[in-house]
Amino acid sequence: MNHAWTLTKMRVRLATRNRAFFFFSFVMPLVFLFGAVAFFARGSSGRIAYVLGAVLTLTVMGSFWGLSVQLVTFREQGILRRFRLAPVGAGAMLVSSILSNYFLSMPVIVLEVILCRYAFHLHSWGNLWAIFALVTLGSAAFAAFGLIVASVTNTMQETQMINNLIWMAFLVLSGATIPLASMPSWIQRVALFVPATYLATGLEGATTNLASAHEVVTDLAALALGLCVAFEISRQLFRWEPEAKVSRRAKWWVLAALVPFLVFGTWENIAGGRLSRMSTNFQTLRSTIAPVETPPAH
Amino acid sequence: MGEPIIQVENLYKNYGAVEAVRGVSFAVEEGEVFGLLGPNGAGKTSTVEILEGLRTRDRGVARVCGLDPETSGERFKERIGAVLQSTALPDKLRVQEAIELFAEFYRRRADTNALLRRFQLDEKREAFYGQLSGGQKQRLALAMAMVNDPQVIFLDEPTAGLDPQVRREIYDIIEQFKREKKTVLLTTHYIEEAERLCDRVAIVDHGRVIALGTPRELKQRSAGTTRIEVRLARPLADGALGRLEGVADCREFDGQYVLHSTRPPQTIVALVKQLEAENNELQSLEMFSPSLEDVFIELTGRRLRE
Repeated sequence: MNHAWTLTKMRVRLATRNRAFFFFSFVMPLVFLFGAVAFFARGSSGRIAYVLGAVLTLTVMGSFWGLSVQLVTFREQGILRRFRLAPVGAGAMLVSSILSNYFLSMPVIVLEVILCRYAFHLHSWGNLWAIFALVTLGSAAFAAFGLIVASVTNTMQETQMINNLIWMAFLVLSGATIPLASMPSWIQRVALFVPATYLATGLEGATTNLASAHEVVTDLAALALGLCVAFEISRQLFRWEPEAKVSRRAKWWVLAALVPFLVFGTWENIAGGRLSRMSTNFQTLRSTIAPVETPPAH
Repeated sequence: MGEPIIQVENLYKNYGAVEAVRGVSFAVEEGEVFGLLGPNGAGKTSTVEILEGLRTRDRGVARVCGLDPETSGERFKERIGAVLQSTALPDKLRVQEAIELFAEFYRRRADTNALLRRFQLDEKREAFYGQLSGGQKQRLALAMAMVNDPQVIFLDEPTAGLDPQVRREIYDIIEQFKREKKTVLLTTHYIEEAERLCDRVAIVDHGRVIALGTPRELKQRSAGTTRIEVRLARPLADGALGRLEGVADCREFDGQYVLHSTRPPQTIVALVKQLEAENNELQSLEMFSPSLEDVFIELTGRRLRE
């Protein structure tokens, strides 16, 4: 664990020296927050809570890109080879990706919550403990998903192409950009198999205070299981050498990362109440939108 | 004499159909600077990377400090230091940070400031890796190899691509290792490097050790001969130079004739006479005392840097 911590400190330091990382991880989420509030929640604190859930989801899902891409660059440039000579294991390298992602995204997440509360007049903090737990596990789980892609792709180009495809699916099917409740029923059912849905519905429930403890625990369990499976797969597939290629057979292992979500998705489709909860929450929000008090015009 | 600190027996490594290492064997004693000399693609890097634990072997025995590099994990890594053929670090990592970072991975740690001074990086401690010159990067790689005060140091082509002045600086550092009685395994394709730095040298070609001994022992193979390299205006008939007086061996490399002569003055006189008779001209003539290059030519019929 000491080595993971040493590497985490190094990677956080390197990321803060990278202007592109600063832009995508700090500036972009805040721009998105301001844009989303301006377009979707102007004058409605109920909608702000809803928007906050979506913005937090997008920020946390950003961990999927995060430092896993850096790991591919390290491998391509032969930097990982130098680390391999030292007593550092693949586990430490991967844990450092997850931890540094987490530490780098937390300031933005805190800032987003504070801005919503004080600048955009959010009525309540929501369920802060649930938000914290979902952000923590979500950031780790999505970073681990990114690590799997980093493990099975051979070049930066390939990584970015696959990441973009998965990212689009996360964006559309999670409900973070378009409310799932407003989508056709079959899309909603498919979305139940997507990891991002559990993060999005969890954070939405936590920021709007509309989710019960049991519901949040289910979201956390899905993310925790996804994290464990994804981490172990990426550890097994980890490569230090630029020329080491992943076998076709090994690539099939990636499908194992979907198993927890296949299980949760099947269960939700058959016996779960997530879809009806989402629909109820959505209707509740639409009907109880209270305009923010604005000073009378002179 | 105890067990050698590095032991390699009948080592094999293939990459698909390419046989990179074909039955390499040698042993290195503690405190020795041992060189693997050979052209590019001879199997030197594969051998050294197997010993560093970076590659797996197909067959054979490889032991360093009594440990198997493939299976001994951290216990093994704590005891070695290495400079790769090309070391890469993140561009935005500072020199001092790089040394401190790698030092933190080991139980036994050398003092960062002492390393910075020793490798003349003191003034560059705050510089980013991406801003360093080739020589400074290589000195940093050497400093990083020493962060755990290793028992065995592997140097894979430590001066390749560096200008002569920087190369001499690196030689000084390696000579310092030698004075400190560190065990060093060095790969190189520079004759001068092997002759100057190594206590013993294994000449490697096509994945095999073709000669092994001290530089002096190896050069004795060519003892009594002088290498004469000549360039002519027009090529001569096959074997014409080989029949000159005193010539023991003659080969052509890219239009240049390399003669090994036991009686150089007589050979040169005979050469000039023959050229006059054939209305040919001498463009250049150089004479060299025997070196490891001659041993390599004698054993393989090729020059080392072909």
